[in-house]
Amino acid sequence: MNKFVSRIYNGIIKENPTFVLMLGMCPTLATTTSAINGVSMGLSTTVVLILSNMVISAMRKIIPDKVRIPAFIVIVASFVTMVQLLIKGFLPSLDSALGLYIPLIVVNCIILGRAESCASKCGVLESAGDGIGMGLGFTVALTCIGLVREILGAGSAFGFQFVPETFHISIFVLAPGAFFVLGCLQAVLNKTRISKPAAGCGSSMACGGNCAECAGAVRAANHGKLDEIKAEAEAKAAAEKAARAKAAAEAKAAKAAAEAKKSE
Amino acid sequence: MNKKLNVSASPHVRSKDSTSSIMRDVVIAMIPATVVGVVNAFVNMGASVGINAVLIIVVSIATSILAEYVYEKIVKRPITIGDYSAAVTGLILALNMPPYIAPWIPALGCVFAIIIVKQLFGGLGQNFMNPALAGRCFLLISFAGPMTTFFADGVSAATPLAVLKNEGVAAMTSQYSMISMATGMTPGTIGETSAIALLIGAAYMLYKKVISWRIPVTYIATVAVFALIFGSEGMFNFEYMLAHVLGGGLIFGAFFMATDYVTSPITPLGQIVFGVCLGLLTGIFRIFGGSAEGVSYAIIFCNMLVPLIEKFTMPVPFGKEKK
Repeated sequence: MNKFVSRIYNGIIKENPTFVLMLGMCPTLATTTSAINGVSMGLSTTVVLILSNMVISAMRKIIPDKVRIPAFIVIVASFVTMVQLLIKGFLPSLDSALGLYIPLIVVNCIILGRAESCASKCGVLESAGDGIGMGLGFTVALTCIGLVREILGAGSAFGFQFVPETFHISIFVLAPGAFFVLGCLQAVLNKTRISKPAAGCGSSMACGGNCAECAGAVRAANHGKLDEIKAEAEAKAAAEKAARAKAAAEAKAAKAAAEAKKSE
Repeated sequence: MNKKLNVSASPHVRSKDSTSSIMRDVVIAMIPATVVGVVNAFVNMGASVGINAVLIIVVSIATSILAEYVYEKIVKRPITIGDYSAAVTGLILALNMPPYIAPWIPALGCVFAIIIVKQLFGGLGQNFMNPALAGRCFLLISFAGPMTTFFADGVSAATPLAVLKNEGVAAMTSQYSMISMATGMTPGTIGETSAIALLIGAAYMLYKKVISWRIPVTYIATVAVFALIFGSEGMFNFEYMLAHVLGGGLIFGAFFMATDYVTSPITPLGQIVFGVCLGLLTGIFRIFGGSAEGVSYAIIFCNMLVPLIEKFTMPVPFGKEKK
């Protein structure tokens, strides 16, 4: 169960498919014209991702290695077809809003990527957790981008209009706006989150920076190392700050002395 | 050997130019066009539009400087508002606005130009496209209605280029004389209408060696030749060609925006290639494209070709083997 929860956390925060892995950019840019569209695209992908992850994981021992990609695609495509028919049948307005991007879930790199790196190696429960985590991470990212674009471009949030039409900056619901919003959100996230542990992560780790491989004893070792690097960097920064403050104080004192001499 | 020789490391000849002195010259060169634009707004569109035009110019310059200051304060970079480059961006953007537009729209464009286009890429010298024009295109896409409807005497009036595109050269000449287009008494954005005022400013910049003739002359010549050959009113229709040169933002764009140091090639041959590319694209956008004007899109598009143009036109240093 612990593994299951850690996969979910991993998908939403640590390895968010949109903001960290930069996967699935095509639907991210094309379908986020409003928050509702973002949520629905994210949820449809999540459903497909969970089901395909589970089936691929269950069949991982009987799928021959050489033909695994076609096999994965067949599994993914059958789930996408089901989701597409369900949306067509029960939510026709959503179907017309998302259009081509529903069948295009088949070739979404998040789904194939998770099948390759997780589902074809892990147990069914873990794969399901991975699907839920990655799917929710994708949904959250798409909703954020969609919400920002909708507020700026159409003056509404989840369809609720609150800005008069003269003030709509319509470029944000068009294609360039998707790039602006994605880039700016990415920059903000990088600034707040990823900049910290990046100090030594990578080649020095046993995982080589691949967080999907990170499990069990290796994971504990990696996290220990990460904490060490973090503490070291923090101590270094504090020492530097103290040194700088000291130097500044000394310079000030010297200046004051020189001035006192001058006035004499 | 009585003479004392001074030995020092190169460079031995230094220019007194600095970023702020060049930017100041650009501002001085834009004053005639600004004055004529405001007068045009007062005379042909009424006093309230004239006041609005002044307001647009003031608000744009102030917002640009403020945006630069605030951003640099937040990210703790050296404050560079003293080099006038933000003021130039604000002024160019303001001169690209229709005179009656609500001043908050250019202000938004200035914030976009300074922060997204210029500062996020590293500030002056690092921006890959002209900030003022990127800001204008941002506004053009966002507020297509107010940015492209023009008024004269309170009724909506098309710019000379729009009349030319939609109704032909005969309709245009009956509405606007070539003299009114040269002096700037036509509907259009604040700064683009008066060819004479713009050329006075351009002459000042050429005299001060702020810009070279290569980009603007090749640009305007290419558009002229393109209009002569591919014009929709038959080949070699000189009235049609003249309307293309004088009627839109071509002269303003060629002298003041295409020559931006950061976003134009530095090699002499590259500048000529750049001018020809600009002319071809402007001609294609104007004559075969959907809208009447194409200068801003042509310039920001060619801005992105600049690294490529420079790569292929880099001169071979003396003594090096030619490939």
